Amino acid sequence: MNNSRFILSRLWQSIILVFIVTVITFFLINMAPGGPASIMRMDTTQEARDALTVRLGLDKPVPVRYALWLGSAITGDLGESLATGQPVIQRIGERLPYTIELAILTLIVSVLLGGVLGILSAIRRGTWFDHGVNLFTVLGLSVPVFWLGIMLILLFSVELGWLPSSGTGKANATFFQHIRYVIMPVFVLSTTTLPTLVRFTRSSMLEVLSQSFVRTARASGLKESVVVYWHALRNALIPVISIIGVLIPRLLSGAVITEAVFGWPGMGRLVLEAAQGRDYPLVMGVTVVTTGIVVVSNFLVDIAYSWVDPRIRNR
Amino acid sequence: MKDSQNAKKLDTQNTMDIPTRKEGWLQRLKHHRPAYVSFILLIVIHAVVFLGPLVWRADPEALTMEGPQAAWSAMHPFGTDDIGRDVLSRLLKGGQVTLTVGLAAMLFSLTVGTIIGSAAGFFRGAVDAVLMRLTEAMMSIPNFFFVLVGLTVLGNTPFMVVLVIALSSWMEIARVIYGETLKWKEHEFVEAAHAAGASNLRVLARHILPQAIPSVVVVGTLTIAWSILTESAISYLGMGIQPPMPTWGNMLQDAQQYIWTSPMLGILPGIAIMIVVLLYNLLGDGLRDLLDPRYVPRRRRNAKRITNFFKKKAQGVINNVH
Repeated sequence: MNNSRFILSRLWQSIILVFIVTVITFFLINMAPGGPASIMRMDTTQEARDALTVRLGLDKPVPVRYALWLGSAITGDLGESLATGQPVIQRIGERLPYTIELAILTLIVSVLLGGVLGILSAIRRGTWFDHGVNLFTVLGLSVPVFWLGIMLILLFSVELGWLPSSGTGKANATFFQHIRYVIMPVFVLSTTTLPTLVRFTRSSMLEVLSQSFVRTARASGLKESVVVYWHALRNALIPVISIIGVLIPRLLSGAVITEAVFGWPGMGRLVLEAAQGRDYPLVMGVTVVTTGIVVVSNFLVDIAYSWVDPRIRNR
Repeated sequence: MKDSQNAKKLDTQNTMDIPTRKEGWLQRLKHHRPAYVSFILLIVIHAVVFLGPLVWRADPEALTMEGPQAAWSAMHPFGTDDIGRDVLSRLLKGGQVTLTVGLAAMLFSLTVGTIIGSAAGFFRGAVDAVLMRLTEAMMSIPNFFFVLVGLTVLGNTPFMVVLVIALSSWMEIARVIYGETLKWKEHEFVEAAHAAGASNLRVLARHILPQAIPSVVVVGTLTIAWSILTESAISYLGMGIQPPMPTWGNMLQDAQQYIWTSPMLGILPGIAIMIVVLLYNLLGDGLRDLLDPRYVPRRRRNAKRITNFFKKKAQGVINNVH
């Protein structure tokens, strides 16, 4: 399969995927007993409720409503938030940059740190270092994210007073002041991605080190450091690209809790507010946009992977 | 002739020392120290949580004489909570709810995952295409977004919490079952079962799915850990099982506003969640190691090296005789 055909087929699959996600989310939301109409307060008059029903299109059957929603969604109109009356797309636009900032920083930190720790523990397999790293990855996978956040606030904000406990400091902070707000959320969020990256890099590195070309390189008298850091490392890092695609939904999922703990005004907070306020158009919009981001980044990861390792196109 | 017989005999004798696949599962678990220890500790924790209230009879929902946020004492080993309830009895009751939610959600997602994965793998064609696209789509919705939407729509009774967690976590199991079904359905014994007139359902249930049990046990164990973490997180966000029924998650949520005055109220349930999740993760990882044919138990590694050494020596001697 040549490159452009590969990209086109992946693009088509991604579009189908987003479509299925909208179907799942829409029908899930409309499964509510009484449908989204259940948000209407009972103290309003019958006429007011009827008017709202018509305005939200709730007098039509679910598939028709879905078709209408999809029709306007394609043109970029995701409806209006019930709570504030603003367009959903505008509310999302206000929050999205914060989550993207958090997610990208976390991804950078955990890829760098995860790569280094994974490779070192593969090279030093069976030593105390390897066991120590292994212990930390299992602990990282097991610690409740929000609890870790609370404990860190307790330590660094309350006891030591080093870092601010919540907010972004965006309004009137310099870059270095803003960094202080970012440290704890990024650290907490990276517990959702770092352990997997460490494990994956480690096993990928061990796999490569056991292959025959590494043995040949050693046998030809190359220095161990050249074999490890030149021959093995480059091959071990290729599969790590693919795991990033798996980590992105997990990252955005972890952002819901991280943002709640640290008062970070991103998409996670928005979906929580929307869910608690039963703001159905907003819930729908936020979920679809977030999943769209996942699908797009998976698409990019696939393209990047096939560019680095062309064998993947023929699978 | 005699030599080759000897060689055969030697061979079987030597391989006897290497753990065989025929050992019982508990026997095999013993070869993996961390997993075995985790398994035992999990049994102990479940026993304490479910049987403990028979010994420690304090009412988890009654207010005590000591008042709120009492210090640790013989009367109340872990003190009292923000409105004066005994913390130990609440930890036990909350543990019952949290652990049950974890197990129930795992069983539920196992059921969904098995049905979807095996149907897709067994029938292929359009069924496969639709079900596997559905699985992929579910995998790209970030979990907590789905869970929050689900809880908003379905409400947060314990049953709905279990249902929503399960509906957000069956995909891994479905993919494992799908792979195993594809792998085993081409084998001769499955063809033989078909030829003997067994129905599709019977072939699936009696011949194919049992082959998938080992890998499903691994994923299932890790799913329990994941479900417990999710339950505690949604309780923390105030969207989970509602008070007065305690869970480790909503105890943490209650404790959060008092974290400055009595931090132990928040630390204890958090540690409880972490320990249980850690043990389930260690057990799952251990089971995965044991399933890996390349895995050699630590304790046996030296033994195996020695037997291999003698085996080679013996082989050499025999070859020389020839």
